[in-house]
Amino acid sequence: MDAYPLLFASTLTAGTVLALAALGLLINEKSGVVNLGAEGMMLCAAIAGFATVVHTGSDTLGFLAGMAAGAVLAAAFGWLVIWLNANQYATGLALTLFGAGFSAFVGINYVQAQMPPRPRFNWLGLGDLPVIGPALMRQHPLVYFGIALTVFLIWMLYRTRVGLVLRAVGESPESAHALGYPVRRIRMIAVVAGGALCGLAGGFLSIIYTPLWVEGMVAGKGWIALALTTFGTWRPARVLLGAYLFGGVTMLQFYLQSQGSPIPSQLLTALPYLATVVVLALISRNPTWIRVNMPASLGKPFHPGS
Amino acid sequence: MLRLELRPTPSRTWAWASPLLALAITVLLGVLLFSLLGKDPVKGLMVFFWEPIKSRYALGELGVKATPLLLIALGLAVCFRSNIWNIGAEGQYVIGAIFAGGVALLAGKETGRWIVVAVLLAGVVGGMLWAGIVALLRDRFNAGEILVSLMLVYVAIQVLNYMVFGPWKDPMGYNFPQTRTFEAVARIPRLMTGSRVNIGALIALAGAALLWLYLFRTRAGYALQVGGVAPAAARYAGFSSRAALWTALLLSGATAGLAGALEVAGPVGQLTPYIPVGYGFAAIIVAFVGRLHPLGMVLAAILMSMFYIGGELAQSRLGLPKSLTDVFQGLLLFSLMACDTLVNYRVRRSGALKGAR
Repeated sequence: MDAYPLLFASTLTAGTVLALAALGLLINEKSGVVNLGAEGMMLCAAIAGFATVVHTGSDTLGFLAGMAAGAVLAAAFGWLVIWLNANQYATGLALTLFGAGFSAFVGINYVQAQMPPRPRFNWLGLGDLPVIGPALMRQHPLVYFGIALTVFLIWMLYRTRVGLVLRAVGESPESAHALGYPVRRIRMIAVVAGGALCGLAGGFLSIIYTPLWVEGMVAGKGWIALALTTFGTWRPARVLLGAYLFGGVTMLQFYLQSQGSPIPSQLLTALPYLATVVVLALISRNPTWIRVNMPASLGKPFHPGS
Repeated sequence: MLRLELRPTPSRTWAWASPLLALAITVLLGVLLFSLLGKDPVKGLMVFFWEPIKSRYALGELGVKATPLLLIALGLAVCFRSNIWNIGAEGQYVIGAIFAGGVALLAGKETGRWIVVAVLLAGVVGGMLWAGIVALLRDRFNAGEILVSLMLVYVAIQVLNYMVFGPWKDPMGYNFPQTRTFEAVARIPRLMTGSRVNIGALIALAGAALLWLYLFRTRAGYALQVGGVAPAAARYAGFSSRAALWTALLLSGATAGLAGALEVAGPVGQLTPYIPVGYGFAAIIVAFVGRLHPLGMVLAAILMSMFYIGGELAQSRLGLPKSLTDVFQGLLLFSLMACDTLVNYRVRRSGALKGAR
């Protein structure tokens, strides 16, 4: 019986990796920019964070290093697509291919590296409560941060001037420009913020979720995070929920494998990816619904005065 | 301050010069990286740009790696020209390899030579099937092809793992997850002795010629391009964007699947979990660096193949990780994206006279 609270707890952890990245991409996409480099940013952040923790022993520094790695790569991407008007899809792809190679290259010496022991959490002693304790109260602070971030984004996007401007830039950059808002600067800030959150997700993955470094360990989570923005129809709460749902699918897959299920393990491993395909197909089935929810200028470049 | 000014028409000169400039930047960054790592940059460059072409054997190896890259890129070029973002060629390649491997495993010692044709066709069918899923989901359910094709890469790799760890595992293979090696009759013929280069290289070159004919000498090729650039205009002219979607995806699935078949029935000779080596992703770079043009892609495939061989040599000679290959490939695409700005824009100093040209 103890398995279920633990399964739930690990679902939240796995979901948080996806949620942090997907919420970052959401900010990014609300401004009208789609960054297919999420996978590359997460990989570089994962090794940056892991290496930092191995050398300094500080998780906080590790998370910051991950965020910095994500932000720097996002800035390079942003410079290309926002100021030089490069194709967003191709440039994002370049970022992913580069990130995959670069993280493997610099990470080769860390494959066997050992992490200092992880702290165990027990918030206010509530972790000792039956069922709820192990499920909810023994989580890493970043799990709660993911929820807080969602609440913050809902407030920011729909209740503040900053959010209004950000959405205006994503819906109609021409109008935002005419009103005197610096469209490209706003997009750049959104892209860098998105990169930093993808970086935080990558760091969380290699420092907390699976505390080790393996080449290509992000294993498509960046792409699933991208799918989650569509799945959540660009709304923070739905994105968070979707992330937990996919975290659950991942965990279910591990759980079934450990239970020695008769289903071939390879099929179970493929489950999250198959689920992404099925869910994408179901969500996208109604084109008008997608069009209504999607930021209208998503993927389109904007250059004032031409 | 510099600023960009939109050109009235894209520059033809820069369309060709931009990949060369991107290559120059990548080489420059390479020199910087070698120096930072305390390696002799000249030695480093030799490993990447001289060793792969200095002997007959080396040239053969160059051909072995350039073949799948070119084949896959040819199909991808059709996709990208019609604005369909199939980035899951790696998955189509893997499924092609599995299908081809399945047929090759059926061959016994007394099977006729015709089996080779069946092996290659099976690869084509496998690739088309995998790309067909993407086309179907985009056509019927409006699901974005970028994410679907990519997710199917991960699924394809698991299918391969299932086959080699499960039903197709060689019972005499000391429990290694691999099939038995294919019979000689099921293997594709080599072009010459003393080199591993095989008829795949000729097929790829023929494919490049066919693509040139298709794109620039047929109405169907023209319709495909119009459909990608301006769907509304294409509809008006009676060209179907649905037809373009299916054609492009099935074609690119076919070439990726064929590349997979040629790889397992050629240099590899059996199915192993190490079939997916990233050719499907590297071919995306080949397509872009080659400007989606058949001749350009031949050159780009050779260049990327040099990066592969250079990476392997850097590992054995310089003690650097093999992933150096992926770093340079990624850097090349990244710099290309930056340099491509010059195709559509001209760099001007702001404040310069407006009328000055």
